[in-house]
Amino acid sequence: MSEFKGIYALWYREAKVFLRERSRVISSIINPILWLLIIGGGLGSAVTFSGTFKDINYQTFIYPGILIQTALFSSIFFGVYIVWDKKIDFMKEVLVAPIRRTSLFVGKILGGSTDTLIQIIILLIIGFIFTSIGIMTGLNLNIISIIISMAFLFVTTVGLVSIGLIIGSQMESPEGFQLITSFLIFPLFFLSGALFPISNLPPWLAPFIFVNPITYSVDGIRGALIGKSQFFLPEDFVIVCIFTIIMILIGTYAFKKMKI
Amino acid sequence: MYIIETKNLTKRYNNLNAVDKLNLQIEEGEIFGLLGPNGAGKTTTLLMLTTLKQPTSGTATINNFDIIKQPDKVRKSIGIVFQDPSSDEILTGYENLKLHGWLYDMPDDLREQRIKEVLELVDLTDRKDDRVKKYSGGMRRRLELARGLMHHPHVLFLDEPTLGLDPQSRDVIWKYIEKLAKEKNITIIITTHYMDEADKLCNRLAIIDRGKIVVLGTPKELKKILGGDIIRLKAENLDDEVYKNLKYVKKVSKCDSELCLTVEDANKHLQEILRITGKIDSVEIRSPTLDDVFLYHTGRGIREGSPEGSWADKAMNMRSGR
Repeated sequence: MSEFKGIYALWYREAKVFLRERSRVISSIINPILWLLIIGGGLGSAVTFSGTFKDINYQTFIYPGILIQTALFSSIFFGVYIVWDKKIDFMKEVLVAPIRRTSLFVGKILGGSTDTLIQIIILLIIGFIFTSIGIMTGLNLNIISIIISMAFLFVTTVGLVSIGLIIGSQMESPEGFQLITSFLIFPLFFLSGALFPISNLPPWLAPFIFVNPITYSVDGIRGALIGKSQFFLPEDFVIVCIFTIIMILIGTYAFKKMKI
Repeated sequence: MYIIETKNLTKRYNNLNAVDKLNLQIEEGEIFGLLGPNGAGKTTTLLMLTTLKQPTSGTATINNFDIIKQPDKVRKSIGIVFQDPSSDEILTGYENLKLHGWLYDMPDDLREQRIKEVLELVDLTDRKDDRVKKYSGGMRRRLELARGLMHHPHVLFLDEPTLGLDPQSRDVIWKYIEKLAKEKNITIIITTHYMDEADKLCNRLAIIDRGKIVVLGTPKELKKILGGDIIRLKAENLDDEVYKNLKYVKKVSKCDSELCLTVEDANKHLQEILRITGKIDSVEIRSPTLDDVFLYHTGRGIREGSPEGSWADKAMNMRSGR
């Protein structure tokens, strides 16, 4: 019982802080919209697909990728707050409380995932608006496709927040954290097929993309929202789940070993 | 039975003993001070007692629970106010306290009742719905003090409770600490490097230097070791020989043109001394301070620290530089 209350307390704090810092919410939404409109619109005028994604408009094609991009940046970056908690003595206040470190980890994951999922929901609404006014065509937004997409996004987000927390728990300075995560976020994003189809890739590039767990998440969401995917959806989902479970296990261990 | 008992408590960083075989017994209801220059091992001791750091060897019990074997039970028995700010600035004072109540698994009605109680104790009821960002340093420390008390700990640890505060805020914090000890019968452990703070608040104190206890006792006892009060005399014809025959004069020394006498119970014997001296230009009586005590035992002032720099800081640097 006490562990649940502790987890709730940590989640409550993260959610409250996130909602109070309006600038964080707003800036996190502006970026994906720019991607969608400028990259999507600009490149879209030059790109026409053949094969699986024939007749799909480029903006619509990258929309699932932009959802994942938001999850990536927001979730991994969330780990920096744990570095700040360590810099002041807030972390000690939590560690000296009679709750387990695993509960601290779980509370932080739920807090970070809430932040990210709020942003994702706003983006889904924007997607809906863009579809209604005709900027994007062929986006399949209904209850089932949204539930499937959210399932993918939730599992992926938990895995990504774990990565951020693992790095954050081992770092002493926010600057160091930013350096390490930017080396991680960009390859994960660019090598995920968020911006291009992953069939007919040059042979040197393909392996990088197939070992990236984010690839399967993008493919799953694309399957749900556009109805076309490279892999079988349940396969995508299993791979994403395995990735997240591994990250949770590493994260639990990292929190147990965390020094103050 | 002691509320806190340490048994050869030791923390080693590489080859440096930040805390070296510490043996302390603290009684319930005491205000106990751990004194020493920056980096003497005070905070490391505190972190071990609060289960945040593992001792290299030795152990301690708090409220009869072992800090290594029963850390969860120890945590439930203690409250702590850290040296650095440990509340969330974006949350309000009330929300920070509510968070604490949840972390300590307090039932809802008890939590609300205690929040009300501790806010009144530290006079923050009016400001409870302001974000902590808007609090002054002293208010923030008071909030954290209130938070440390909310779950009615048996032992409250205060790590440099007035570090960096202005004199008025220090007085206020001291007032609350005294009030607490009197009203709640909580054992309070204070680390500080302010001698006046220790002198004013503590029933007993231990002076720590380089991880070891240099001396331990009540402030009065410690000052007594020095042998008494200090009388400074300034007069035209001073003859130190006449004072040496007096039984209550412990030490006679010349400082410049003045004479310094270390005298047992100076207030009682002042008149006789003045009579012997005859015509006098000025006289000053001073009680020995804990600064004098520290100087006496370590051969240097407390603010100077150790000559090679802070002891534990150096130990920590060596560890992280590895």
